[in-house]
Amino acid sequence: MEKHEEHTAHVHRDDEGDKLGMWLFIFTELLLFGMLFLMYAVYRHKNPEAFLLGGEELDVFIGTFNTVILLISSATVAMSITAIQRGNKKQALVLLGITLFIAVLFLVNKYFEWGAKIEYGFYPGSDLLHELGHGTTLFFGLYYIMSGIHALHILIGIGLFIYVVWQIRRDKIHSTDYVWLENTGLYWHLVDLIWIFLFPLFYLIH
Amino acid sequence: MSETTTAKHVSFLEYKGKYKGILGWIFSTDHKRVGLLYLYTMLVFFSIAAILGLLMKIQLIAPGYTIMGPQTYNSMFTVHGIIMIFIIVVPGLPAVFGNFFLPLMIGAKDVAFPRLNLASWWIYIIGILVVLSSQFLGGWPDTGWTFYAPYSFRTPANVLPALFGAFILGFSSILTGINFVVTIHRMRAPGMTWLKMPLFPWTLYATAWIQVLATPVIGITLLLTVMERVLGVGVFDPALGGDPILYQHLFWIYSHPAVYIMILPGMGAISEILPVFSRKSIYGYKAIVLSSLAIAFVGYFVWGHHMFTSGMSGRALYAFSFLTFLVAIPSAIKVFNWVATIHKGSLNLQTPFYWATSFIFVFMIGGLTGLVLGSLATNVHVHDTHFVVAHFHFIVFGGTGYAFMAALHYWFPKMFGRMYDASWANIGWATFFGGFLTLYLPMFALGLQGMPRRYYDYLPEFHTGNIISSLGAILMIAGALIVITNLVRSSRHGEKVTGKNPWGGRTLEWESDTPPTLENWDEIPKVTEGPYDYK
Ligand SMILES: [Cu+2]
Repeated sequence: MEKHEEHTAHVHRDDEGDKLGMWLFIFTELLLFGMLFLMYAVYRHKNPEAFLLGGEELDVFIGTFNTVILLISSATVAMSITAIQRGNKKQALVLLGITLFIAVLFLVNKYFEWGAKIEYGFYPGSDLLHELGHGTTLFFGLYYIMSGIHALHILIGIGLFIYVVWQIRRDKIHSTDYVWLENTGLYWHLVDLIWIFLFPLFYLIH
Repeated sequence: MSETTTAKHVSFLEYKGKYKGILGWIFSTDHKRVGLLYLYTMLVFFSIAAILGLLMKIQLIAPGYTIMGPQTYNSMFTVHGIIMIFIIVVPGLPAVFGNFFLPLMIGAKDVAFPRLNLASWWIYIIGILVVLSSQFLGGWPDTGWTFYAPYSFRTPANVLPALFGAFILGFSSILTGINFVVTIHRMRAPGMTWLKMPLFPWTLYATAWIQVLATPVIGITLLLTVMERVLGVGVFDPALGGDPILYQHLFWIYSHPAVYIMILPGMGAISEILPVFSRKSIYGYKAIVLSSLAIAFVGYFVWGHHMFTSGMSGRALYAFSFLTFLVAIPSAIKVFNWVATIHKGSLNLQTPFYWATSFIFVFMIGGLTGLVLGSLATNVHVHDTHFVVAHFHFIVFGGTGYAFMAALHYWFPKMFGRMYDASWANIGWATFFGGFLTLYLPMFALGLQGMPRRYYDYLPEFHTGNIISSLGAILMIAGALIVITNLVRSSRHGEKVTGKNPWGGRTLEWESDTPPTLENWDEIPKVTEGPYDYK
């Protein structure tokens, strides 16, 4: 019988368990956004024309650009996991650097996009929306809520990536212990996935 | 860690880690200390909310202004509801007994994510502080705990802290749920197959899934209401094209499953207690497991029964009514199992057994009156009356509250290493039980006569019922005082328990030290038998 155990309950390690926990968290996120998509469906059904016109007000170029870069960032995260598995720390850091850059770029684009809309007078409570009526008000209400909560997730993702980069540099995340990176990657794919739905619903359906 | 060697055979209550005094508690990741932190927090807030309840009953002892006016009364039932629902019964048994006993019952050293577990408690405390801050930021909300649109963003009262606080409390609930699902999947002791797992962990498992899958819905709903109030985005505001009925749907898509978050772990605790005090194996173990999972699943599809008079298509009404009847079946199966477990047992009449059997009694009254509310014709008659208030207090307070008390007395010696004073515990239980029935039974009659809920005033013909009910409230609070005082006193001065297993239970937690050591076990136990093998 062992007298001195190496692991206390506090440092118990279980990568499978950690990933299971992350998946459960992703379920909660899917339900959260699921309810928003449900609301979108209800209000689009009630106001088909206003939603059609609302979609035409959005800038398809910026939307497409953000979609493409976000997809690229999902790829770079996945590649960084492979790099860590192979023990290539430098490559992993470069790939995560690109991911971080894209995440920030996404938010910069979002800032200019929102700024332009607000300058136009499309914001909750504006006179313009009041004039355009209920349907358009709801379209833009949902647009700000859904893309805003999504942007918040991007922001949290940036925080997570900074943490992961820091841990890789300190060799806390390495080729035999990288579940933090994997879970951050899972989270990032979720953020990407949600945008893949948001983009056509708001920008493309005409 | 150097602490490991010294941790042997020192109880978790006396164990000294990195921090001393109270810091050693509020920064402890030990699941047992976290469980007790929840217990103490709940004790404080239960007392506050119970006093609010008592004040409301005193107001209702006579028609008209007795001790408060309408606005104060509205605030009181709102804050009473918010505290009782979001701070007490939703975290309830999982946060206290789940944290304390889940690892012990499945033979683990802690939950899967101990630091996250402590974080849940901190988030819980932050949520509570935000909710309570409304008192200092422009007064209590007056919307009721349901925050119905459009009143929740029209009222001049300060609703924002309550909305935001409840949102934060949701995070705490989700994190506990994630923690428990992973713990149960990954950390059962060798030999503990799914069907050798005790029933309390099983109900925690079903509950944790509801916490994970339903709580985000209320989260986003509350957040949208915040945005509606601050920005006027329009999604729930009829003046801007939004639909307030949609709010009700989203709210109840969470809040009905939440009823099962409240009651399922209680059912699990009762299923632990009855076999021990009947000296008999639980009747129909698998039926209880399956019915718990069935409740968790079907419970998602019945939310519409809260909205029978809100405006829904006839077809939706029939569907929701039918499903509501359906979800009653697994609960009834459990009642059958419990009664069959007691049947022909050699009963050991102790306080936990009294709480557990009175649980079955009040739960049945609550359940059967639930069917009155679930069928369409009768619902229209008693909707939004005192009948509803009586019904959900029988379930949420009668069900969860009694199960909580049963569990607290049952596990008390394991938690504190001391025994409660049995005669005071029994006197407290009897007083409470008598007071409870006197308080809530007349409300059914009042509701049937047509007395609406949520009014500070009533017509003279409702006077008699209200007098009886209010006197019952005083009796019940007296009972609660006896029970709580006895437990608090006994936790410090009660008779010491040194044996591991004062009740002769067969589940794993009784094989740990009393009180358990920091890491519960020197060696992870091996499981070979089912949890209720009484021979
Ligand atoms: Cu319900």
